[in-house]
Amino acid sequence: MSPAEQSQRRKSSRNGWLLSAPALSLLFLAASGPLLIVLVYSFLTPGQYGNVIWEFSLDGWVGILFTRDIFDGTMNLADAHLTIFWRSVKLSLMTTALTFALGFPTAWFIATRPPAQRAMWLFLITIPFWTNLLIRTFAINEVIRNEGLMNTVLISLGLISEPIRLINTDTAVFIGMAYVYLPLMVLPLFAAIDRFDMKLLEAGYDLYASRLQVLRHVILPIVKPGIIAGSILVFVPSLGAYVTPRVLGGGKNMMIGNFIELQFGQGRNWPLGAALSMALLLIVMAALLIYVRASTKGSNPHG
Amino acid sequence: MTQKAAITAQKIIKAFGQGAAALRALDDVSVDIATGEFFTLLGPSGCGKTTLLRLIAGFEMPTAGKILIDGADVTEMPPNRRPVNTVFQSYALFPHLTVAENIGFGLKMQGRPKAEIAATTAEMLALVKLEAMAERKTSQLSGGQQQRVALARALAPRPKVLLLDEPLSALDLKLRKEMQVELKRLQLETGITFVFVTHDQEEALTMSDRIAVMSAGRIQQVGAPRDIYTRPVNRFVASFIGETNFLPVTATPQGARLSTGDVIAAEGEGSVLIVRPEQLRLGPAGVGAGLAATVTGVVYFGTDIHVNLELSDGTALTARVPSPVDGGADFTTGQPVAVTFQPGAARLIRE
Repeated sequence: MSPAEQSQRRKSSRNGWLLSAPALSLLFLAASGPLLIVLVYSFLTPGQYGNVIWEFSLDGWVGILFTRDIFDGTMNLADAHLTIFWRSVKLSLMTTALTFALGFPTAWFIATRPPAQRAMWLFLITIPFWTNLLIRTFAINEVIRNEGLMNTVLISLGLISEPIRLINTDTAVFIGMAYVYLPLMVLPLFAAIDRFDMKLLEAGYDLYASRLQVLRHVILPIVKPGIIAGSILVFVPSLGAYVTPRVLGGGKNMMIGNFIELQFGQGRNWPLGAALSMALLLIVMAALLIYVRASTKGSNPHG
Repeated sequence: MTQKAAITAQKIIKAFGQGAAALRALDDVSVDIATGEFFTLLGPSGCGKTTLLRLIAGFEMPTAGKILIDGADVTEMPPNRRPVNTVFQSYALFPHLTVAENIGFGLKMQGRPKAEIAATTAEMLALVKLEAMAERKTSQLSGGQQQRVALARALAPRPKVLLLDEPLSALDLKLRKEMQVELKRLQLETGITFVFVTHDQEEALTMSDRIAVMSAGRIQQVGAPRDIYTRPVNRFVASFIGETNFLPVTATPQGARLSTGDVIAAEGEGSVLIVRPEQLRLGPAGVGAGLAATVTGVVYFGTDIHVNLELSDGTALTARVPSPVDGGADFTTGQPVAVTFQPGAARLIRE
């Protein structure tokens, strides 16, 4: 390459950066600006009426795990907070597992249809997205509540005499989240299975693998990127879910999302809310890191 | 065949679809494949050769008939319990495993001890000369190397029969020739029965102990390559394997009479006389015996030339004669010649 060409290339590269500078700076500010505000607020002191006082304090972060006794001022582990964290993680893991259990056969079914039919099945999977999340969640509420569709039908059929109490339980939240996030699991799984060479199934059977062994040693390792993508897409929003636990879990069965909202609302403790938000972010990042580690390790046993 | 049959197919019928729309991919096929032989299923696409292979592997179930491997009825047995392995046309190597893991897959699924798997894998890598590639991913290999991995993977569990589904069709000509030699060597070294599917007649002739020529779901002829080439039983086999001149004849007590009136001695029976182009001799017209013919065209092929001829009644013939060296016999369009057959070259077949 001649010096003239090199300087030309440098120049066009510089022009490229200059031209994208407005968009890049906007993106940078929009992505990190709010995050910075939340980070700063988490180290401030709560005000009387839900604002913040510009005074450094670690109370927000300490308050994630501990509560100060209002009478003698001693610090105690905040059982209520831990319950909420545990419920959030447990429900998110359960949701991921259930959506995988339902989504894998669904995605396999769609991927093995004739190409002309696949578009129709995928279209059906995406139909729920047409309706607002809140409406869909209320629809589930309408189905599972004590006087709802499910119980009315079961009682009139004589299968049960008392309504099954689901609403305002963890199970209701679990069912609702699995329903809402199922498409997010199906779509990446479909993309992975669609690329899967079905000849490999015959190769597996031919080489003495039973059906279960083909699933374990051939199908699952090859579609693993799809499983990971789907699990992340379901687990991350599940952990921060707000609408579903609010509508189906009632006031008591809070998840982290509701707890954070509480601090910015009735709780009037913005620093605690901000610290909880940052903690949630850290949990998600840690979960992703573990996942990525595990997946790269699994795919290359010699690495 | 006096040897024990490695594979016996009895009156196999395989229909795809239902009722009147059903398509018979295999129509009453019976064949015995001897232990240790290199057996080829040869035919054009859609003749049922791959279907027969898939039935032996267990990927398809026959509509009627039985399949025996080493004398045991395996008709209802799933593929993972049959002592046969397949080399797929597309190789179907596992992309998430290394070369060594691919080769050891069958043994691992059989639950063999780790030490045995490692030893057999090393042995197979040496057999296909891929020792240096053991830890590579299969996507990092060339087509020919992938082919060798597919072979090693199918041979590693030491199957009673190795099934090969057009394994060379994806390779270029030079590599294909190399792999033909390689396959034959592997078959001789391992002593395993090979059942090889191909549409390439040259591949079939050069590699096989016996060939089954298939067409329209039926086996037309089974025999050694020489038998099939020199004594085809019908027009399909004669035209599919090599090139052939077909002459309509009527049988007379003296021999087969052509429409030109010439009478030719020929073995076999039927109303069509066949003769291979390389078994025709061309001499100067009017000298001695021979059919009178006119040269209608000459095509130069390097090793030989193809001379297109026309008999006096308009029947077209092709003769292959050695390329003329400088000053040797050459032919020009319009030249009259006398055509003679090599002794025993002409055969009669049924239409």
